[in-house]
Amino acid sequence: MNSPTGPAPAAPAAPPDPALSSRALARRRRREALVGFAREYARNRAGLLGLGLLLAIGLLAVTAPLFIDQTHLTITGAPGESHEPPSWQFPLGTDNFGRSILDLVIWGARVSLTVGLLATFVSVTLGTLVGVTAGHFGSSGGVGGRIVSTVLMRVTDWFLVLPTLVLAVALAAVLPRGTGTIIIAIGLTVWPPTARLVRAQTLAVEARPFVERARALGGGHAHVMGWHVLPNVMPVVLAQTTLLVATSIIAESTLAFLGMGDPTTISWGGILEAARTAGAISAGIWWYIVPPGLAIAVVALSFTLCGRAVESVINPRLKGQS
Amino acid sequence: MSADTDSRQPSSRSGPQQVTGPILRADDVRVAFAAGFAPGGGRGTARAVDGVNLDVAAGEIVALVGESGCGKTTLARALLGLERPTGGRVLFEGAPLGYRSRDLRTYRRRVQLVQQDPMGSLNPRRTVYESVVEGLRIHEGTAVDETERVSRALSQAGLRPPERFFTRYPHELSGGQRQRVVIAGALVLDPEVLVADEPVASLDASVRGEILRLLLELRDELGLSALVATHDLGLAWNIADRVAVMYLGRVVELGTVEEVLSAPAHPYTRALLSVLPDSGMEEGPVVLSGEPPDPKQVPAGCRFHPRCPVLASGEAERAGVADLCTTVDPEVLGGGAERRVACHWAAEDATGRLRADGPPGPVTV
Repeated sequence: MNSPTGPAPAAPAAPPDPALSSRALARRRRREALVGFAREYARNRAGLLGLGLLLAIGLLAVTAPLFIDQTHLTITGAPGESHEPPSWQFPLGTDNFGRSILDLVIWGARVSLTVGLLATFVSVTLGTLVGVTAGHFGSSGGVGGRIVSTVLMRVTDWFLVLPTLVLAVALAAVLPRGTGTIIIAIGLTVWPPTARLVRAQTLAVEARPFVERARALGGGHAHVMGWHVLPNVMPVVLAQTTLLVATSIIAESTLAFLGMGDPTTISWGGILEAARTAGAISAGIWWYIVPPGLAIAVVALSFTLCGRAVESVINPRLKGQS
Repeated sequence: MSADTDSRQPSSRSGPQQVTGPILRADDVRVAFAAGFAPGGGRGTARAVDGVNLDVAAGEIVALVGESGCGKTTLARALLGLERPTGGRVLFEGAPLGYRSRDLRTYRRRVQLVQQDPMGSLNPRRTVYESVVEGLRIHEGTAVDETERVSRALSQAGLRPPERFFTRYPHELSGGQRQRVVIAGALVLDPEVLVADEPVASLDASVRGEILRLLLELRDELGLSALVATHDLGLAWNIADRVAVMYLGRVVELGTVEEVLSAPAHPYTRALLSVLPDSGMEEGPVVLSGEPPDPKQVPAGCRFHPRCPVLASGEAERAGVADLCTTVDPEVLGGGAERRVACHWAAEDATGRLRADGPPGPVTV
């Protein structure tokens, strides 16, 4: 989440070597900024916990093929009986086909994390880009800028009033079936609130005197947006990101349930839906429904912890509090 | 005013004065804003700056004095190219200011802004080093001697040793230090003119003196010119060479500090000075009556006439100019070094020259 123009708490203290070219200096400046960022982040214990959890889940998901037999995940190759309660062989019990829930949840992390992260990335990037551009040119781009801003925001409004699910279903129906389609369908439908939020924050930042000072120093649009507006809208963007990851994972399950996804892929949302259809709630089969739900919650929480930690690094006023 | 005289810097009058043309010049600059349908405001055009000529010579400090809302800030912004004048021109070294982004970029290397609120004018998410280096990076990218130049600018602005401030954030600094950082950020580009908009208004008295001394030192050492917009006459007295008094978008009186502040000619200037404690004016405080001025409805005739104590007391009638006051708008003053006043009663002719027998005697209200 850290951009190269992010904060550099560590300013270059060493006297500059005249032999260094300015590009090498810029590179060194960026490296120092990154190292400083990492050092600050490491001071935040909750952030480290969130990062650790995410890395652990990610590692499990990536290495899953090494310790899970994929034939055990098919309905025909299921190793156990239907609805077995947790046991040594199946630590989280089995589903109605006799597949191990633990294996399903670990395998489901692959699709859920991919969709959650990429769809969030698409929508946050789109939303931030649209929001910052509309906010910046709307407040300091003259007449032409106001037109650009208005057009962008009307497009945003159009996407905002369109029912998300209908749009996503329509997109998924038009595009070829697959995980990529799901990512694009979710990414293109959940960005408008981000754009609105970011635009509002941009307008607030643009009204502050340091933006005027930057313009008086000769800074152009790119400088104002990249150096002043972006770092100041980052908290909003980060908060939105942490929320959107969970939303995207759920949205993926909805689309999977409606038959828009690939029915053969296993995801946390898919397991939840399967549990619901199998009547796991009324039958009291908690081991079918709790683990995937818990997995979604843990991932969402980890992202929130990471987001807060990054924010506390970016916002110098929060430094020292965790 | 006598207390202020003591604190006056002896060097201020002996700065490097060159007799060449003005470095920065406002030529009949007008800035108007369309007011639109503001709630409670009504429609109309607000004439924030309504025809101003003003010269700033090299190495000269000009104070722009006037009450809140008289157009000081708008004029300052117009001189920086931040506000495009709706009429007239801004000239830098005799050449009109271009408004294409490349022209403005070059211009903004040489003319710098110091804002009123030092807390707001620094990005809270940037360190002192980053705030100061900002201008350099805008114009030169990452320069090889960047760190040295930032250090030099910080020490010139009185933050010594500069290295100690590199990694500090604005909220860790005092108000005076923040304003010094802002000044350092302007100095790092080696500008020729500083435009300061109420540079000390939000600072307390002791810090105010230090910042003023800093501005004078910079003028003496670097030959900087400055335009200082302020509502504080004491400040103008302390640092400026010349004073321009603004009322409702126009300069109504112009001259050197001594001329304007010790022998004010315009009734508005006299009223401003008379309410200062220790003003030394015989007539006692003159409190202006009437509505505060509204730039959307500039009065016909002299723009000051609805509130003018000279007109109200019948003094203007006796001098035979009362009709002129209510019907004829005084000419826009030239912005040069001569003493000028835009008043039918105090001026000898339309160019605003003072009467030969000196400024009129004390007003009896």
